[in-house]
Amino acid sequence: MYDTSDLRKGLKVLIDGVPYVVLEAQFVKPGKGAAFTRTKMKNLLYGGNIERNIRSGEKIAPADVEDRPMAFLFKEGDDFVFMDQSSYEQINVAKDTVGDNWQWLKDNMVCQVTFYNGRPLDVALPNFVELKIVSSEPGARGDTSGNVLKPATLETGAVVGVPLFVNQGETIKIDTRSGSYLERVKV
Amino acid sequence: MPHLAARARLNRYLRNHLESDGFLEIEAPIAVPSPGLEVHLDAFVVGNATPQQRYLITSPEYQMKRLLAGGLERIYSLGKVFRRGERGRHHNPEFTMLEWYAAGWGWSRLADSVESLIAGAAVALTGAASLALGDGRLLDLAPPWPRRSVRALFSEYAGVALDGDESAEQLRAKLSVAGHALPAEGARWDDLFFTVFLDVIEPRLAALDRPTMVHDWPQPLSALARCSPDDPRVVERFEAYAPTDGGLLELCNGFGELIDPEEQRRRCESDLSRRAELGLASYPIDERFLGALADMPAAAGVALGVDRLAMLLLGVSDIAEVLPFAVDEL
Repeated sequence: MYDTSDLRKGLKVLIDGVPYVVLEAQFVKPGKGAAFTRTKMKNLLYGGNIERNIRSGEKIAPADVEDRPMAFLFKEGDDFVFMDQSSYEQINVAKDTVGDNWQWLKDNMVCQVTFYNGRPLDVALPNFVELKIVSSEPGARGDTSGNVLKPATLETGAVVGVPLFVNQGETIKIDTRSGSYLERVKV
Repeated sequence: MPHLAARARLNRYLRNHLESDGFLEIEAPIAVPSPGLEVHLDAFVVGNATPQQRYLITSPEYQMKRLLAGGLERIYSLGKVFRRGERGRHHNPEFTMLEWYAAGWGWSRLADSVESLIAGAAVALTGAASLALGDGRLLDLAPPWPRRSVRALFSEYAGVALDGDESAEQLRAKLSVAGHALPAEGARWDDLFFTVFLDVIEPRLAALDRPTMVHDWPQPLSALARCSPDDPRVVERFEAYAPTDGGLLELCNGFGELIDPEEQRRRCESDLSRRAELGLASYPIDERFLGALADMPAAAGVALGVDRLAMLLLGVSDIAEVLPFAVDEL
């Protein structure tokens, strides 16, 4: 069993018999009251987030899930096909399970796939990915202040905002947690 | 550390404001033989288990009240207090508390004093008594602030008629009829109360564009406040809550002070037995404090978290941003 002090982003827990992954955990303590951990969790079975205030001292059951490193191979219709890094087993993961992460999925990228009762429930990406810009209009001349962004389409089909000095054909680093541009990368 | 200069200005403002209202600054002792007994506060221990063992104060109130009993009428302390194990966006184990007491005042007059101090500090630091929040709201700090009793908040926002003297089982039944998610069976009255306060009431107060002065707290939640003359199930306690970008911020806690030594001793003993039940550290009862209560005049007192006030006025959502070093940066 976990204590509230174990709650942190990424931890998988069982609440009312349903597996959840912790998205945020914050210490709160009302005046004259006991400490609580304010958590935001994602339902791994049905999607959707819940918020729960869990009192210090309460025990939280771990979710009986398995995390396996798997490489993304290719898209097959609406599914994403991943391969287990040790057994070479291939599995199909539904579009809804991948969610917004499709934007950063590149061939052979190793992700952490979470299984519950043998079913893939969640795909966690590396925090940073490097992706090539396949199209972006040149920035307007003279407008060089650093905080103006223009749209750029990446090799995965995702569109992100990049600074005006970044050009088509260049490779950029993205933070997959926020989906934001970090820097240009020399390849 | 971009906010240290503003904090220094804030401290100067707080001192000037209280001194112009006739309050005398007291440098309260930090290491004392008995910290407060409140069940949910955990004190740092200093020294070995000998007669010289001391605890770092969780609040300077015992000593401040002895000074009131000794004849001082308006006093304040601006200094560090210590609470073990508290670290979060609104908590650091060592923090700055402004605590002030006025003999002869009721809680309501002291709440007025809090409102004018905070609005004045906002003007001193930012030039205006209103603050822009990230979502476009303008938080208006000008007094008077809306005042709501705990019962009114439970009735309006949670759909529950809270008495204050119902048993935990009775409170659970009321809350569950109203459809609230509750902690596991066996939870105590205060845990049930705070679950609904955090889940249901705080988000509503956080959505307003004014701070709220929440008063008339149920007696089980107030160790050192006197019972309301109108209803013994509630005590003269008030708390100021302000909406911020990082959620609702609890700024201060004030009391019409309990000055009945017998009642105070009963509450100390009940806190100690609750601490023992929960397996928490036991602390000595401060007999000099209890002895002084007989001479203490009717008074009101309030403790305000200065770090949190700085967070509010400077628009930051983690206390570490207004500290030179947070506990995990030492």
